[in-house]
Amino acid sequence: MSAFTALVARDMRLAVRVGGGALMGALFFLIVVVMMPFAIGPDLNLLARIGPAILWLGALLASLLALDRLFATDYEDGSLDLLMMGPLPLEAAVAAKAIAHWLTTCLPLVIISPVLGLMLNVELRAMGIVALTLLAGTPALTFIGLIGAALSVALRRGGLLLAVLVLPLTIPVLIFGVAAANAAIVGPAPFGPPFTILCALSLASLVLGPVAAAAALRHGLE
Amino acid sequence: MAIIDLANPTRFLTLANRVLPWLAAATALLFAVGLYRAMGAPDDYQQGATVKIMFLHVPAAWLGMFGWSLMSVAALGTLVWRHPLADVAGKAAAPIGAAFTFICLVTGALWGRPTWGTYWVWDARLTSMLVLLLLYLAVLALYWTAEDAGRGARAAAILALVGAVNLPIIKFSVDWWNTLHQPASVFRMGGATIDSSILTPLLIMALAFSLLFVTLHLAAMRNEILRRRVRTMQLMQAQQLAEAGT
Repeated sequence: MSAFTALVARDMRLAVRVGGGALMGALFFLIVVVMMPFAIGPDLNLLARIGPAILWLGALLASLLALDRLFATDYEDGSLDLLMMGPLPLEAAVAAKAIAHWLTTCLPLVIISPVLGLMLNVELRAMGIVALTLLAGTPALTFIGLIGAALSVALRRGGLLLAVLVLPLTIPVLIFGVAAANAAIVGPAPFGPPFTILCALSLASLVLGPVAAAAALRHGLE
Repeated sequence: MAIIDLANPTRFLTLANRVLPWLAAATALLFAVGLYRAMGAPDDYQQGATVKIMFLHVPAAWLGMFGWSLMSVAALGTLVWRHPLADVAGKAAAPIGAAFTFICLVTGALWGRPTWGTYWVWDARLTSMLVLLLLYLAVLALYWTAEDAGRGARAAAILALVGAVNLPIIKFSVDWWNTLHQPASVFRMGGATIDSSILTPLLIMALAFSLLFVTLHLAAMRNEILRRRVRTMQLMQAQQLAEAGT
């Protein structure tokens, strides 16, 4: 097993064991989505129309939730220093941690989103499309959030600062994710352009995120 | 004088103190000329006198974007060249850039009400400018929460470089999306599409705004250096008191 896959496996194992809280994001997602109809009112037609937007917003907030522990636990027990000194380039190590985070936090969100869509009266065909846009868009959320996680561990501050730093940068992802979902469900705009832009955002943040996060760690922890 | 000579804060302070009165005077003069010419510019045949908001709105938008560009260059100075004044420059630029972006958004809303019939639309140009303001506020939040000034400066530098992605999006948003905001009419291929009777006052106002930015930025940099000196002196005094007490 290469160092990269070993790191991914280690982080996933840590996340699913006691104290890891991998499914906490999914639980938070469930609660946020359940609370929306109480705020908006139980009008099923309205909920069906704004359902994709609610699902996207819930997934965005849920994916942020676990981010501030991404480097903080490793920083506290010293394993982050080992990663920085190890043979694996820090960019690759950071990317491995992000992939593990995506697999344990964001992938469950994608999987349960059709079930939650049921509660929002989103039709069956549309739920698959919302899940598809989430699948394409959540890597962008994770890799943009990676930068915020690295900055907040470098400043020894978590929580709200992370959200303030990361949320403005995730606005494009939210715009194109919801646009793609709405295009496929209500039309009349074509599904292709916003969906391909969403994929492009994910790919671009896949490159930019680890480089910026590694730079933040190097400059912050020296 | 090379830029490396300015690494000495005392030398920078001498230069800033010598230049600032002249800059302030030039700014005031250009604003006087610019506002006079703007008042004399003809009204738009459709929008009437409301078109005069443009003379504040457009330069403020340019300077709001310029502020972030300056922060990105300063960020390179902090991270790559380790220039001691670069983080002072970046920190001083953030609130000024945020203020210009805010002026741009407010004047835009006031202009939008009579011409578009609404204060705000979720148009690509407006949204990307709002994101710029939020990014400025995020940088300011970073500076507020950082306990260690040097570490906070490096974190803000990385955020400035990442946020620079937004600048081309703002510039080209009117070309990429078919939106309510009008397309580029000054800096475009094939020359400006504005009549010279309006373009000349606009450019004078842009120059006045730029000088205002430079003046405020230099003054803010000077204040930041002095603030750091005061803090160092306070720390030294506290240490002396503690040593005298024991």
